Amino acid sequence: MNFFTPLTEGLRGLGRATLFLLTILAGTPAALLRPRLIFQQVYSVGVLSLIIIVISGSFIGMVLALQGYRTLVNFGAASSLGVLVALSIVRELGPVVTALLFAGRAGSALAAEIGLMKATDQLSGMEMMAVDPIKRVIAPRFIAGLIAMPLLVSIFSLMAIGVAGGHAIGVELLGVDDGSYWSQINQAMHGADIRDMLIKAAVFGLAISWIAVYQGYHAAPTSEGVSRATTSTVVVSSLAVLALDFVLTAFMFH
Amino acid sequence: MTTAADSLVRVRSLKFGFGPKVIYDGIDLDIVRGKITAILGPSGTGKTTLLRLIGGQWRPNAGSIAFDGIDVHQQTRSQLFALRKRMGLLFQTGALLTDLSVFENVAFPLREHTRFPESMIRDLVLMKLEAVGLRGAAKLYPSEISGGMARRVAMARAIALEPDMIMYDEPFTGQDPISMGVLIRLIQGLNRSLNLTSVIVTHDVEDVMKIADYVYVLSGGKVLDHGSPAEVQQSKSALVRQFLNGEADGPVSFHYKAARRYADDLMAGRE
Repeated sequence: MNFFTPLTEGLRGLGRATLFLLTILAGTPAALLRPRLIFQQVYSVGVLSLIIIVISGSFIGMVLALQGYRTLVNFGAASSLGVLVALSIVRELGPVVTALLFAGRAGSALAAEIGLMKATDQLSGMEMMAVDPIKRVIAPRFIAGLIAMPLLVSIFSLMAIGVAGGHAIGVELLGVDDGSYWSQINQAMHGADIRDMLIKAAVFGLAISWIAVYQGYHAAPTSEGVSRATTSTVVVSSLAVLALDFVLTAFMFH
Repeated sequence: MTTAADSLVRVRSLKFGFGPKVIYDGIDLDIVRGKITAILGPSGTGKTTLLRLIGGQWRPNAGSIAFDGIDVHQQTRSQLFALRKRMGLLFQTGALLTDLSVFENVAFPLREHTRFPESMIRDLVLMKLEAVGLRGAAKLYPSEISGGMARRVAMARAIALEPDMIMYDEPFTGQDPISMGVLIRLIQGLNRSLNLTSVIVTHDVEDVMKIADYVYVLSGGKVLDHGSPAEVQQSKSALVRQFLNGEADGPVSFHYKAARRYADDLMAGRE
């Protein structure tokens, strides 16, 4: 063990994960030919994450509105509350908070499921039946994560800004004018904001799905191995999301 | 002596190990067509490893394994997959897909590898399930059936594509006498009726001796003895006799090797 060991180990892990990603991408066309498998997974990682996304979106929108109102009202700018909520959500909180929740809810479930399939010889069994588990199990789950994240981020943002979040607190409770709330959002938010939000969502979706399937597939086939894979998925993908968010924001920042 | 034509699987000078640990140190083995071959040996001799090597999941360090004259480890991935359709491997746990029903588990290889219409798949699955006596359990999920039933479902799934050979990994472990009897009868019956070749890896000596046509005893990376069950039972090897008779002490010591003598170890605590 010397000073460079953790570094070389880290690089080796990254290399293995990259090779694994290339293998998944090579298996993607075969998976796309069987959309039913992908839809099943979109249901499992997307639809089943809806409740937590909807509730979190609403609460974060409500908190933002309360905090924002308190500051804005001192400057007589309470009518800009909509802009504050909308831009904070669309540019940052929507993609990042959704990604963190997605990592905790869907990423961990993916890693645990794949890890358990490995521990109970289901993946080996498939290989012995001449079925490639990368094409049959891994690729559909990976693609589903990629599809589900932009949809979930959109739903999160809608809930936070309009349906039950900022609008409910700002307009219904604190008495900000409904017209100003929406018209100021309309003026301040551009197509580029939505585009950037969806780009972030897709990149985070890719990162989380990649980390989750990698951790599950390479888990030690024991109960401890599966539990470690699940934990690593949440920790590594949360850190990856925050780091990627900084990089993406730096590029998008004009 | 078997000829190349008799053998479905020919293992020659096989060497394999995990890091420094040697599992196989140059073994030769023949699995004869149409027969039931038992591979016996104490736990940890790498019997399951042998099945994974034959199935091409792991690569040997040296030597070769040929299935029907084709070198398993010289194939591309797609050629290997084509070869695997001709062999079934039954894992100790059954390895059923837990998110699919018993019916769908047996249908799985058919749906993956054939374009049969749904009605034909249904008939085939019901026939395979009937053969293992579980047609009535078609709608159940793997979590709702016993371990013995799971192995029978796995058998039905393994014969779905009508392979040439089935390899059974410890099929009797943890089974009650009734379930064990059922499995033994099934293995023998399927081998005969489907003209299969069967390989059974086990340490349940008594039961497998009843149905095996040929027996290999492995230990310490070598083939200790082989022959018909009657021949192996008369083996000159003390280790084979210890294993077959289930004696606690013999060449394989009851005590795991300790660094100090027993008395020294006890005294060491008083210092």
